[in-house]
Amino acid sequence: MIFIFVIIPILTAILLTLFNKLDRRWLGVVTSAALGVNLVAAFILISKLAGNGFQPVVYKLGGWTVPMGILLVADGLTAFMLVLINLISMICAVYSIKYMDKFLDEWKYFVLFLMLTASFNGAVLSGDIFNMFVFIEMGTISAAALIAFDTAPEELESAFRYMIFGSAAALFVMLGIALTYAYTSTLNMADVAVSIVLNKNVALISFITVLFIIGFFTKSAVVPFHFWLPDAHSSAPSPVSAMLSGILVKVLGLYALTRIIFNVLGADVSAVLMAFGVVSMIVGGLLAVYQKDIKRLLAYSTISQVGYILFAFGLNTQLGFFAGLFHMFNHAVAKSLMFLTSGAVMYATDERILDNFGGGLRKKMPLTSITSFIGSMSISGLPPLGGFWSKLLIVIAAVQSGKYGYALIAVVVSIITLSYFIKWHKEIFFGELPEKWSNIKESPLVMLLPMIILALLCAVSGFLLLPGISSNFLEPAAKVLSGGVEYGKTVLELAK
Amino acid sequence: MTEYILCFILFCIGLYAVVIKRHIIKIIIGIGIMEYAVNLLFILIGYKHGAGFPFIEENMKVMAGVSMVDPLPQAIVMISIIINLTVVAIMVALAVRIYEKYGTFDITKIKRLKG
Repeated sequence: MIFIFVIIPILTAILLTLFNKLDRRWLGVVTSAALGVNLVAAFILISKLAGNGFQPVVYKLGGWTVPMGILLVADGLTAFMLVLINLISMICAVYSIKYMDKFLDEWKYFVLFLMLTASFNGAVLSGDIFNMFVFIEMGTISAAALIAFDTAPEELESAFRYMIFGSAAALFVMLGIALTYAYTSTLNMADVAVSIVLNKNVALISFITVLFIIGFFTKSAVVPFHFWLPDAHSSAPSPVSAMLSGILVKVLGLYALTRIIFNVLGADVSAVLMAFGVVSMIVGGLLAVYQKDIKRLLAYSTISQVGYILFAFGLNTQLGFFAGLFHMFNHAVAKSLMFLTSGAVMYATDERILDNFGGGLRKKMPLTSITSFIGSMSISGLPPLGGFWSKLLIVIAAVQSGKYGYALIAVVVSIITLSYFIKWHKEIFFGELPEKWSNIKESPLVMLLPMIILALLCAVSGFLLLPGISSNFLEPAAKVLSGGVEYGKTVLELAK
Repeated sequence: MTEYILCFILFCIGLYAVVIKRHIIKIIIGIGIMEYAVNLLFILIGYKHGAGFPFIEENMKVMAGVSMVDPLPQAIVMISIIINLTVVAIMVALAVRIYEKYGTFDITKIKRLKG
């Protein structure tokens, strides 16, 4: 029954289209409820997987047998991603109920939002490369429409740029898929993995790997391919920015990349991933320091943190994968929180240039200031918060593999992160309140609640490392990646 | 082999248009050329000289002595064309709105976002 993760959002989207005259509040409530059902289903899936020792759950679409039909596969990594996707999108949907007041045609927004979530769920569930590609394209198209939702000049410009980069990247991926099919005569991931192990042509596999890397690096905005991200993330409506930064770059970029590189092609690219990861870390962090726009700074910070995750995956050890996935979770939660905070600040003040704030909003928006402080300190890696543990694990994993230089860079970039977030807070929340903000109010409850939940998650996500919890959530996910091409054999056996 | 290399050259021509051209419509056409190149490559992979249509007789028995082209790339290209249609449609829609707001198709003059 794992297809419900895709079916529920799409059916809800169709229902909203039919009943689009509904009161605008109810549109958001229905969307959040549908995503909440998905979240519960994701937890049920995890408990089911834990019951049978994390053997993947396999579903054959239409009952077709393996090489012919499309396979949906839910293993530890998929379950982890499903929880992350549906958690963040549900929270962003709740936030949108109030935030989208300013916009017309809200039902279109929620329909696109649901399609975006459906495409993420489909992309992580799919066991077929071309099927995954279709879901990735679906996500790209709905994301572009959401970025341009307000049709202001900046939004159109950034959506167009995203579309150009996204579709060029998708065509590189498609070229890779064509060559994979020419070589293995199948597109089922498990089948491809097995046949590549049996008959390995190193030159061709390397070429295919390069094509996939170009495509997915563009989707996940790793540094030489990052130009679309700051524009897109800063112009989109804030809940959409939170979705883009929290999930889109991770699912359509990092998840797809790691799944195909490690589980299907079995290529050894750790040096490439580490080098690009470190460059992203440094460049994203340094560029973020100079930003004047509140959301643009967060967008550059995303590039830097994606670099951390990529670097941890590049270490190619069990601990590296574990740390990367854990950082993925922490960053998704904290960065969504930061984008929602910037949305709340913009909702209250209609101002987005850091220099024009003059500080002091803490007095008027105490709860928003506290939640955003927790979120930013989690990303910068201050001790009791989640981000500290994941960064610590990344550094430990780097030291264990003997990459002392890279570990040092990771620590230094963490300090840069702290510096730009302190600047962000100083300009917005700290200090004396200027005259012009004397009559602004704290955000409404519907917007505060998602931020408080995310802040609590930031504060307690260190508990994911406790033995009982991590062995059911993070460890199985890391095991799937470190297991490499064993994935193919396991899934094929189950799908017989 | 030549036809595959020609496909790659076509792909690179499209990429050149996307990277170098300044006119928005020309960039969209560049994306279109890249799409054609990939679809063509897919069709060529399944193609076999002198082979027939991929029809299967009753009871799923392949007709004896008749060779067929591979049907899967054709199905995939069909879906791929639909996706590409959507992509081009949304890009053209954005281009129209951009022209309304900026009054130009020149990508170097459409630069309100910086940094």
